[in-house]
Formats: sequence, C-alpha cells, structure tokens
Amino acid sequence: MSAAALRVIQPGLHTTIQDLGRVGFQHLGIPVSGALDPIALRAANVVVGNPQDTAGLEIAVMGPVLEIEAESTRVAVAGLGSRLVIEAADGAHRDIPPLQSARLARGDRIRIMAASNSAVTYLAIEGGLAVQPFLGSLSTYVRGGFGGMDGRALLAGDRLPLAAETVDSRAEMQLAGFDLAPASEARVILGPQDDYFEPDAIENLTGTPYAVSREADRMGIRLEGEPLPHSKGYNIVSDGIAPGSIQVPGSRLPIILLADRQTVGGYPKIASIISADLAAIGRLLPGMSLRFRIVTIAEAQTARRQLEQAMASLAARLIAVRPDGPDLDRLYDSNLISGVIDGASDPVLPD
Amino acid sequence: MTAQPRPARFLAAGDTALVIEFGDQVDRAVNDRVIALSGAIAAARIPGVVELVPTFRSLMVHYDPLRVSHDELEAAVVPLLGAAGSVRHRERFFTLPVSYGGEHGPDLAEVAERTGQAPADVIRLHTAEVYHVYALGFLPGYPYMGDGPEALSLPRRATPRLRVPMGSVSIAFRQVGIYPLESPAGWHLLGRTPVRLFDPRRENAVLFAPGDKVRFEPISAETYDRLAEDAAAGRLDLRPSGEAA
Repeated sequence: MSAAALRVIQPGLHTTIQDLGRVGFQHLGIPVSGALDPIALRAANVVVGNPQDTAGLEIAVMGPVLEIEAESTRVAVAGLGSRLVIEAADGAHRDIPPLQSARLARGDRIRIMAASNSAVTYLAIEGGLAVQPFLGSLSTYVRGGFGGMDGRALLAGDRLPLAAETVDSRAEMQLAGFDLAPASEARVILGPQDDYFEPDAIENLTGTPYAVSREADRMGIRLEGEPLPHSKGYNIVSDGIAPGSIQVPGSRLPIILLADRQTVGGYPKIASIISADLAAIGRLLPGMSLRFRIVTIAEAQTARRQLEQAMASLAARLIAVRPDGPDLDRLYDSNLISGVIDGASDPVLPD
Repeated sequence: MTAQPRPARFLAAGDTALVIEFGDQVDRAVNDRVIALSGAIAAARIPGVVELVPTFRSLMVHYDPLRVSHDELEAAVVPLLGAAGSVRHRERFFTLPVSYGGEHGPDLAEVAERTGQAPADVIRLHTAEVYHVYALGFLPGYPYMGDGPEALSLPRRATPRLRVPMGSVSIAFRQVGIYPLESPAGWHLLGRTPVRLFDPRRENAVLFAPGDKVRFEPISAETYDRLAEDAAAGRLDLRPSGEAA
C-alpha cells in the first residue's frame, strides 16, 4: 500500500474520478458512466505516459486545489482553455498549459483552472489512482452512490491515494495542435424510433441549429430549438439506450443522453450521435449551438476508425518541452529578463 | 390461440448498438424470446459484442465498431433467432420478504379502496402470483416485474412522490417495481422489503437478473426491522430457493 496521495485542499464545484466507464452491467440497470469527454482524458493520459484508459479526475466549471503528498508525481490537464497553476513548496508559481506534463514534488500545490470553453477538464496522473474499482471501473456514479471516491464528488480533506510513490525525472512532454473544441455540428444516424415522428421532425432536426439549455449534466443535455413532433405519442415500452441517443419526451425537444444515462428508457429516440462525435458533445456548455447532420452507419464506422487511428498515434506526436523552459519563465515573471523572447508564454522556447 | 410471433426487426441505435425488436408491447412470450436470444448470443461468443441488454420487448447489443460492423453483427445474429424461440435458460426462483401496509406501504389502504378489496385481500392477491423479471433498469438493480393480478390493476398515481425509501414495493397497472435506492416514484406503494436489491458491498451487487422468478412473502413490521438491521450491516443476502417450474 503506497502512502503517496493527493490531498484535496479545495474540492472544486464537482470533481469526480472517471475512467472510460463501467462496461458489462447495463443488463442489471447499472449505467456505464465514465468520462464525458473520453478523448480529452485519453490524451491527458498519453502526455503523462499512462495507458489511455487510466482513471483521472473530471472537473466541471471550477477546479480543485490539490497538495502533493508523495516524493514526486507527474500530471497533465486537458480541456480547452484549462490551465495548471503550480504553487511550489518554495513559493514559486508556474503555469502549465493543457496537454503538457509537469513533475511535482512533495508539498507542491496545484490549482486546476477549469476549461473556459468546455464543460469538462481532466487531470491525468502518472501511474493513476490506487482506488478500489467497483465492477471493474473507477468511474463515479453519484446518483447510485458508487465508484470513485465513495460514490461521490471530492470533498475538502479527501486523500486520493496514488499508485506511484515517485516518478522518473525526464523531459516533460507536450501534445501540440490537439483539437478539444466543443461540437458545433454532430453527425447522427436516424433511429431506432425515427418512425415515431412526423416527417417534419426529421427536417427540423437537421434544418436548424439547437441551443444547449441550462439543463445539462452527466446524464444528458436538453436542447432548445425547433420542436420535433411525434406521430404516435411519446410513450414507448422501455427499450435500451445507446450512448448519444437523442430522445424526445412530451416537450418535443431533444435530449442527448450521455455518460450517466439510464440503461433503458421509455421515450422515442429519433437518432443517435455517432461515436466519433460524442466526446465533443460532452464538452458543450449552456448557450452553445449545435447542428445535426445525418450520415450512414458505414460513414460513422469509417469516422470512428479514423479517430482511433489518430488516438493510437498520439504518443508519437509528443514533443519534449525544453527542460530550462519553466526556469526561464520564472525569471521572466520576476523581471530579471524582459522583452528578450517573443511569445514568452509559449512553453516551447525557440532555439 | 396465440398470435403468430412477429418477425424480428433489426434497428440501429447509432454505430455502437444494434436493437433486435420482437414487439412493441409488454408481453411474456415476447420477453421470453428477448431473454433467450440474449443467452444464445452470449453463448455464440460473437467477436466485438460488448454487452447484451434485454428489455421488455427488444434486445440491445452494444458492440465495438472497430471489431465488428453493424452488418456483420446482424448477419451473425440472424441464424440465432430460431434458437431464441426454443432455448429455455435456467430460471432462478426467489422468495422476497415484504412488510405490507402501515408506514412501509402507505398506499395499501387506498389500493384496497379503489379496487374494492379488503387490505388483507390485496396482500393475499399480491402474494399469490409468481412474478417474472422482464428487465432491469431505471436504477441500478431495479426490476421491472409482472404480471400482477388484474384485480389490483390501477394507473399510476396522479402526483408522483419526490422520494420513496429504498426497498419500496410498488404497483402500477399489472407491473411491480422495487426501488433499490431512495428515488422519486409515481407508483402505488404496497410494502417494503428489507432485502437490498442493490448493495455495492456484496459480491452479487445486484440481486435479480432478467428472467428470474419472484414470489412475495408477508412479514411483520417487527421482522422487517430485524432483517433491515442485518441488511444495513451487510449480513442479509437472499439466495435463490430453487428452480422455477
């Protein structure tokens, strides 16, 4: 048992442990859960050298402050507009941009500045968390009170045990040019209950953009826009719910079902978001706009293959951050040098 | 005479799930086909199948599109449809203790009044049936069960309750549901079981599986309290009592 841990100083608004989900128990009514934006979590894991399915922290709106209680650890954040602020034990401050690793020492504190342009931010930790899985997964399902940290969001004073007591000293890595933007268009496959809707409904779904309402959480996001009229009522005998299903209840407005969705449900589902586009749906914030475009299953499966090929080659795209970079940044901050380097906020210094 | 079974429909739920639909109503024969097909697909070990989710009237097959395409999966399932009509899976039989009425079943009196029965007869009618677990969903471990006696059939409550306690046994129309966690609920509450249908501390975190058979056995409020204490301490588990006929 490792004594290494992250101590939660401030928990943030809603910080939970998530991996890629609890697969294999939906027939018992147990939702899959997992990261709302699995692409961001997987990329952050690559940056710290983890397998892509390692559990990390999912952070919403306001990030936590954590203190390192280990000889050393290595972390990276992911999320559009997110940032890691390191308050070192010696009082120095460093800013680390998303998808760049940083090695931390005992007593350092990290403040995670949550993404400004995405609903979720992730923190990946080298070696991962030494938390007991439930049904094969570390994902937290708050509504059921299980998974992650006692089935709940983090609280001040929690200690998140780390699998690694210390990490190698090596070049820090950066993943440049990686797209973490929220979806503005999502591709969908019609069905399984598109025959429960008027022809107008299909036209409305694809003809005009929808706005993300304030009712958006880990279960799903309710959209506002053109209503989608039913042709045979809005109650069906409950059937299965796939990730990204777009169900339409009596309000005639669509709801996209996400990670914490119920396993079965009784509203007709007009279409489903394709799997390659789902992570970018998880990034949507209230007020953002989304269009739908219908594709075939074959197109969806090609898109997914291309996505997975890109994800499989992420490690090869990592670039080493110059080790003197952070020190120079620190000097720059303290005005010992100034105006020498253009774009001093760029962590990769020119040769 | 039963109607000729409807041919199965294959529907896409995105690019990672295939729906095989046998009907659009709650029907035991339809559900038996769903559960049998689920067993047949599991036994066939089709590459790329990730999970099988039986519901009242359809089976959802979640799959990995990198390992199997929608069309390949459909082609692999078609030959198993015949088996789905004949294969009988091993049924498990449970007897679930329930404390009826009083604070455990706040709607017992109203159900009795609206169905023209004495409260004791409501309990007698409710415990006389062997219920079939059609599917699980809504909450972890929540069983959709049926079919209750026609004499107790009532529509849902006009005003749902915002929270009902864990273990509440409820009815609507001819269905029975038991809440594994505290939850909002729109059905009529007849009683409460001390047995936890979902307990993450237990090796079998979820008690029931699709196709199980369940009978209810009345217990006193005192027995309930004693068993509930055991359940809270993690000492109460319910084992299947044998094979259903």
